[in-house]
Amino acid sequence: MTSAPALDIRDLRKTYPNGVEALKDISLTVEAGDLFALLGPNGAGKSTLIGILSSLVNASGGEASVFGVPVQTRRSEAMALIGLVPQELNLNQFERPLDICINQAGFYGIPRRIACERAEKYLRELKLWDKAEHSARMLSGGMKRRLMIARAMMNEPRLLILDEPTAGVDIEIRRSMWQFVQGINRAGTTVILTTHYLEEAENLCRNIAIIDHGRIVEHTTMRALLAKLDVETFVLDLAAHCPDALPAPEGIALRRIDEHTVEAELPRGRDLNGLFAALSAAGIAVRSMRTKSNRLEELFVRLTAPGKEAA
Amino acid sequence: MNAREQWVALGTIVRREVMRILRIWGQTLMPPAITMTLYFLIFGTLIGSRIGTLHGYTYMQYITPGLVMMSVITNSYGNITSSFFGAKFGRYVEEMLVSPMPPLVILGGYVAGAVLRGLLVGAIVLALSLFFTHLTVVNPWVTASSVLLASVVFSLAGFINAVYARKFDDIALVPTFVLTPLTYLGGVFYSVDQLPAPWREISHANPILYMVSAFRDGMLGAGDIALGPAYAVMLGLMLVLGWVAITLLRRGVGLRS
Repeated sequence: MTSAPALDIRDLRKTYPNGVEALKDISLTVEAGDLFALLGPNGAGKSTLIGILSSLVNASGGEASVFGVPVQTRRSEAMALIGLVPQELNLNQFERPLDICINQAGFYGIPRRIACERAEKYLRELKLWDKAEHSARMLSGGMKRRLMIARAMMNEPRLLILDEPTAGVDIEIRRSMWQFVQGINRAGTTVILTTHYLEEAENLCRNIAIIDHGRIVEHTTMRALLAKLDVETFVLDLAAHCPDALPAPEGIALRRIDEHTVEAELPRGRDLNGLFAALSAAGIAVRSMRTKSNRLEELFVRLTAPGKEAA
Repeated sequence: MNAREQWVALGTIVRREVMRILRIWGQTLMPPAITMTLYFLIFGTLIGSRIGTLHGYTYMQYITPGLVMMSVITNSYGNITSSFFGAKFGRYVEEMLVSPMPPLVILGGYVAGAVLRGLLVGAIVLALSLFFTHLTVVNPWVTASSVLLASVVFSLAGFINAVYARKFDDIALVPTFVLTPLTYLGGVFYSVDQLPAPWREISHANPILYMVSAFRDGMLGAGDIALGPAYAVMLGLMLVLGWVAITLLRRGVGLRS
């Protein structure tokens, strides 16, 4: 086993022929065994970065190495270490899931007997074995996404890159996919995840990078990033209908979410007595309260807000 | 990838191509069989019986090698354009592009698949011709090598077409406006010796003429062109088109951003 990081990117740059600078000298390290979130708004450069790592996009400059193997100069060796689940569906709709998986293993030079065993293993784990001999076009959207994960696992990669794997997938299937990803990560596979479900990144990932306008604007641990959030948001479930006019206690922002729900945003560490006093004075009874879980979303919006482009 | 892994990868592409050909046999094997049966009926039996002999053979015997070669060329070309462009269009070509496979293995797999379809269709057409005429093979080596080389040449040409194609129309243009006219004017239905000047000389710029002639020479011993120049043209085209195809694949033209 090498001690090199799973991913080491130095001054990576990509300028498309139309002049668009998708990546502007970004540097990034992902340690082996990590479950890493790569976030950014649409058009930030995430897919270009993943494209370069998977050799679908040619870099304009800089270097990227996977477990110490340079992607540009030792492409074949580097690709053998990577599994890719792309954002767009790219399945041959006329093939059977079983054949899709076995063929993918074949492209990596894996003998057919081993390929058959792995195909069964991963199709079972992703709850697709009963559809293994159906045509891929007969699968639902969620099944196709899971099939792409099974396909990416056929070479048992040391680095699995998941580009928005749960987009458009219902919560039950999403959770089963999270379990699978956490399972393979525990087994030693490094995982890089891009997602628009920030709650997903917050719950799954230990480290995070946020990319915006082709630059890394944040690269830290999830815990450190969330600690930067200097406000806390609480969700209050009300006992009765929420009045149209909410009180405005000093330093606390109250927002009406629906007829029975209000969100309160207040500086971190401030006591809640003022909030409850103001609500009581307005005749608003609170039945229950919880901390808003997708705190990452607030940070994300702040870091990628218009006018925040890094110099 | 070591040699054994590359062999497995090559076999995977070829197997997938063959499965595709067999899965859609109604589109890949049936149409040329029907079309060529009609050619045999109309040109061979109905019209050919009034034409007499060419180079000592009945018209039916004379055109059979040409029709076989025409089937091989069009099916090799058509297979690789539709299969590779289909993979591009459906984006599942990325399955191969993100794998460790070297470009030569990808190209070799697709060319092998196209050649297999071309030869399979050629064998079907040859078998059908036996219902209409009697055939001999004068030189099996020339017959086999010329049909194989022609199939490889047009598989490579089809691959280049598929690499550049952006929409399905782009893979229909060359067969319609280039391949079909060249095939019909390539001595399939006549001997170029029958053409007046300057058409006889102009015909020598048509590469299909050399392929049809060599194949006919192998089967009947009655080619229009000597085997030396015919093989030089076929081998030359194979090397040039092979170099272009592998260069395009290495650079990722039409495949990588």
